[in-house]
Amino acid sequence: MGKKILLRIRRQDTPYSPAYWQRFSIPYREGHNIVSALKTIREHPITAEGELVDPVAWEFNCMEEVCGACSMVINGRPRQACSTLVDSLEQPITLEPLSKFPVVRDLMVDRSKLFSDLKRVRAWIEIDGAWDTHQGAPRISPQAWKENYLYSRCMSCGCCMQACPQYAVEKAFVGPAALAAVRLMNSHPTGSYHKQQRLHAIMAEGGLSDCGNAQNCVRVCPKQIPLTTAIGELGRQTTLQLFRDLFGKSD
Amino acid sequence: MKRPRKVIVIGGGLGGLWSALRVAEAGFQVEIFSLFEVKRSHSVCAQGGINACFDTKGERDSVWQHITDTLKGGAYLANQPPVKSMCEEAPGIIHTFERMGVTFSRTAEGLLDLRLFGGVKNRRTVFAGASTGQQLLYGVDQEVRRQEALGRIQKYEWWEFLSLVKDGQGVCKGIVAMNLRSMDVKRFRADAVILATGGMGQVFGHRSTNSTNSTGAAACRVYQQGAWYANCEFFQFHPTAMLGDDKTRLMSEAARGEGGRIWVPKEPDDKRKPAQIPEQDRFYFLEEWYPSYGNTVPRDLASRAIWKVVHEMGLGVGGEDKVYLDLTHLNPGFIEQRLHAILDIYRKFHGTDPVHEPMEIYPSAHYAMGGLWVDFEKDPSTGGMRPGSPRNHATNIPGLYACGECDYGYHGANRLGANSLLSASFSGRVAGEAVANYLLGLEDDLNSVPEGPYEDEIVRQKSINQNLAASNGRENPYTLHHELGEIMSSKVGVVRDNENLRQAIDSLQELEQRSRSVDMRACQAWSNQGLVYTRQLQEMIRLGQVIACSALARDECRGAHYKPAFELPTPVDAYPGDPAYEAFREQWKKQNSDWLKTTIAERTTSGPKISFQEIDLSVLAPEEPRDYR
Repeated sequence: MGKKILLRIRRQDTPYSPAYWQRFSIPYREGHNIVSALKTIREHPITAEGELVDPVAWEFNCMEEVCGACSMVINGRPRQACSTLVDSLEQPITLEPLSKFPVVRDLMVDRSKLFSDLKRVRAWIEIDGAWDTHQGAPRISPQAWKENYLYSRCMSCGCCMQACPQYAVEKAFVGPAALAAVRLMNSHPTGSYHKQQRLHAIMAEGGLSDCGNAQNCVRVCPKQIPLTTAIGELGRQTTLQLFRDLFGKSD
Repeated sequence: MKRPRKVIVIGGGLGGLWSALRVAEAGFQVEIFSLFEVKRSHSVCAQGGINACFDTKGERDSVWQHITDTLKGGAYLANQPPVKSMCEEAPGIIHTFERMGVTFSRTAEGLLDLRLFGGVKNRRTVFAGASTGQQLLYGVDQEVRRQEALGRIQKYEWWEFLSLVKDGQGVCKGIVAMNLRSMDVKRFRADAVILATGGMGQVFGHRSTNSTNSTGAAACRVYQQGAWYANCEFFQFHPTAMLGDDKTRLMSEAARGEGGRIWVPKEPDDKRKPAQIPEQDRFYFLEEWYPSYGNTVPRDLASRAIWKVVHEMGLGVGGEDKVYLDLTHLNPGFIEQRLHAILDIYRKFHGTDPVHEPMEIYPSAHYAMGGLWVDFEKDPSTGGMRPGSPRNHATNIPGLYACGECDYGYHGANRLGANSLLSASFSGRVAGEAVANYLLGLEDDLNSVPEGPYEDEIVRQKSINQNLAASNGRENPYTLHHELGEIMSSKVGVVRDNENLRQAIDSLQELEQRSRSVDMRACQAWSNQGLVYTRQLQEMIRLGQVIACSALARDECRGAHYKPAFELPTPVDAYPGDPAYEAFREQWKKQNSDWLKTTIAERTTSGPKISFQEIDLSVLAPEEPRDYR
């Protein structure tokens, strides 16, 4: 018997069926991450007790932590399975689906709320069309770029929502990622033309004021996005907007 | 009121989303089908940048130079009018991305910064840190979301394309797709279909930089329904991928563009740590063999050089299949800012820091230059593509268009770094505009197509699923995928010969048989990933045969396709004007008259039928062989 990797996986056959746990044991290999371990289980879906079971279903794509697909709760912490190395974890390794989203099957969840919230906060720049306008876009200072770039790396993985005590699918709160998107869009030279609409969107129900300031989001973000800084900046922006709304100043 | 015409876009990467935008902007309904949320598409993996001539670095760069570099880099195998148009429109594409909010890296005065890439001498690559593809995709994704909010685009995420539906005249009038959760198989009517399903790197198993969903299955399905493949033997092996048992992860060419150097110890059994090996004991083979381009030679040359150093000279680091990619001599602050994304990947997955220790890398299957054959209409007044022509990016199946990596359009025999984000975006835009004009020319109403062909296709697809789900053979689909990867990497890889290719074709046929008797006992009906995977695997095996048959048919070396038995070596120490070089040039031209043709693969019941098609060489006559010395 060589060295083994032990995993406990929370499973669920359909969105409506009860969850249950299964244990798996796979041969140790250096460099295993959670996705490659799950692939090993998929190839030989036999539990630690020797029972042949349905292969574990989960989501993954890029395997280099840039697509955001493979988020799950690993030993209690929401993170990307592909970049979580087995050697860095205590065993048995516990894998659970993100609990803030409805389970589709096993470790797969339905994150569509995340994308509809991006719609709610109008996380886009208004352009006339994706054709050439035959002129350059406005310049952007390297300092502004440096700050904006941090936010533009958000891959909608859902880890910040999982960690946020205020976020839930049945609640209106849009969550940290959508707020950070507003911060990013508002700082774009022409995106700022429609700042007011975005600010009004997050001043409404489910917006900025639902943030409970737990600061969990920034601690779990796999891309180290300064989510709480964004939320702080938006606090200032919405306050100014409130005064503008009250006193009727157009800008 | 007449129903608005409807277009289905399959695939939500850069090509698919660009085409969807342009169709929607023309006033037509769009439905996007994707295997997952479109924001997770493989475009996000492109790192280094996107080429467009801005000439802001005082190097007198020109659009013409971009065209020349692209055509020559591709060993003249690309049709030239589309390449000309792509390079000319590249700066406009970048400005559109800027307007969409893409966070391109900036110079001190707030302009777009540029970096150097392989196969070129001027800085021409616009970038957003080392996550350019991610930023570009998000830019288009945001605009698509806006169109969605306006009700012009509808997304079908978690749906897998299974097949086209054609009317009595063979015109594509919709698709059959499967819901990846409920496994329901349904038909969707459409006036036109755009396939933008990306690459096929998974055909090479885990020895690929591609995402796990880049299987090429969708394109292979339309191939079996009559669409032609073109130039499938041309598969790019990226020289600098980090090693891995589950995946070989890309280390962007930008690492070399920013000054990274590739080397091996001169002594094969040098046991010292890389930092302790002094300069004189290091072999910087690219700089030695290609002094004028050095580490930024095109990818096919770099990959073969690494292959040669490791396999022929036996100089792989520690006797293994790997060489060093060294950034340790560069300013840590500078590379952190410019390459943070890839440094991060290396640190996370390898556990060492490339700022202090050279990276260990090896070539890996990266990009399909070949893909679905697509048409173009030449504009005689400009020598480029005629804007808006409904022929542009049309496949040989009427009503079916293709764009992005799944087409074969722009890269000839080898793609230059940072041209893929450009071709994906540009081809998506062109395809969208072409489809809009195709719709304007349509006369019949979509509702006049009878239900019969749709029903037949649903029945056919359901029975494939049922047979597979009931399969209780002995084969394990995941194990078969490893075997496929082994066959493709070892016999249809960086270096090829006809005997090995024949063996590969035999092995692939055997593999296809075996893939029909898989063990599906432990797969339940809801979200059945095993079934989906097995169907994709079968397509990958068929696709492997197309690649191998295309490679067997081409007896020459050109770009990424390297068959040493037919090599025409550049004469050593001879340069243009020297008699030896001129004799070589004549031989090279003779070779072009035999082989400078597009390879077409057409499905027949006895396997792929290979034929050749003339290339439009009207922009840059092939007078100069590629020479990067």
